[in-house]
Amino acid sequence: MHYTRGHITFSRPGTCIIAKMAAVACRGVRTVLGKSAGTSILTHQSAKFSTLREMATARKAVLAAMGVVGGGAAGLAYALNQSVKASDLELHTVKFPWSHDGVFSSLDHASIRRGYEVYKNVCAACHSMKYIAFRNLVGVSHTEAEAKDEAMGVQIDDGPDDEGMMFKRPGKLSDYFPNPYPNDEAARAANNGALPPDLSYITSARHGGENYIFSLLTGYCDPPAGVTVREGLYYNPYFVGGAIGMAQALYNEVMEYSDGTPATASQMAKDVSVFLKWAAEPEHDDRKRMALKAIMMFSMLFTITYYIKRHKWAVLKSRKIAYKPPQ
Amino acid sequence: MAGAISRVYQNIFRRTSTFILAAVGGAFMFERGFDLLTEGIYDNINQGKLWKHVKHRYGQASLEDEEEE
Repeated sequence: MHYTRGHITFSRPGTCIIAKMAAVACRGVRTVLGKSAGTSILTHQSAKFSTLREMATARKAVLAAMGVVGGGAAGLAYALNQSVKASDLELHTVKFPWSHDGVFSSLDHASIRRGYEVYKNVCAACHSMKYIAFRNLVGVSHTEAEAKDEAMGVQIDDGPDDEGMMFKRPGKLSDYFPNPYPNDEAARAANNGALPPDLSYITSARHGGENYIFSLLTGYCDPPAGVTVREGLYYNPYFVGGAIGMAQALYNEVMEYSDGTPATASQMAKDVSVFLKWAAEPEHDDRKRMALKAIMMFSMLFTITYYIKRHKWAVLKSRKIAYKPPQ
Repeated sequence: MAGAISRVYQNIFRRTSTFILAAVGGAFMFERGFDLLTEGIYDNINQGKLWKHVKHRYGQASLEDEEEE
């Protein structure tokens, strides 16, 4: 929007700085002036802001070479990364329609609670979750009293006591989920040399996140013709290489949900995936709530800022400058 | 309209003391209103999924918890 506020004439030499500022600031003036003379003045003015012109030729050449090498390296790294992905012997997971998929969609907390039951009854036999404490469940999937009961149900190593002995005690809210094995070597020894990974951050640690977890848990099948799987390993097309140390863990009715949901294998896989998603990203819901607030707030601020900018610049942008030679 | 604006100016914006008071009070009220609005929208989008929506389902334990508080 450009509108004219009549001619402004500068006759004194002292005002020419203002005239220059106005001319530089207002490219839009060009359309108002509609004169070729204005265009040449403006290009001349804008050239003053370029630092490239004064640079030595050698410096320019060095900068250009650096740009080409950097761009080439980035391109090469990208290409190599792509080609490595394509060579993997694994089935890539599809994207499942999670109820927390939307930009502002929270996790399903009833599902988190069921997923915790699946973890406790099935996964926890081999997998640790050493970064999740019972207190983290409070207000997410359990009330405080329920979380205390859950903690009381496990025995935690504590000590030393007055005689220097370690002892066992019932868990407290502040205790972390117990590790099924005393250390990684014991875990390997009990699982044919394969270490069951800690599940605290597993959805963030695997390509595909919760989709991968769901696919892996429900993807067990017989190996295709020509593929032999070593003794003690199992075939799963979603696992890199296809041979996985973990046997299929989820079968229909392998456990019962306390809320009465039918415990099918896919239901349990879905619930435990949501639970692990929460465990890896406990800030998930707050993040999306803050996103909603931030987008609303910043769009409001942007609108106000843009309006004020247009308001303040309207005078400069619509000013006409004419040179009147001294008579 | 013009009368209202000049009245607001005369009574509030003209003195620094009342101006600051209006800014702080306005910020407080805006923040409260904005929070209520966005929390409402968020809860509406995620109806039935958040903990506060499913909490009542889990029987006796949740009742005891509320009594304690």
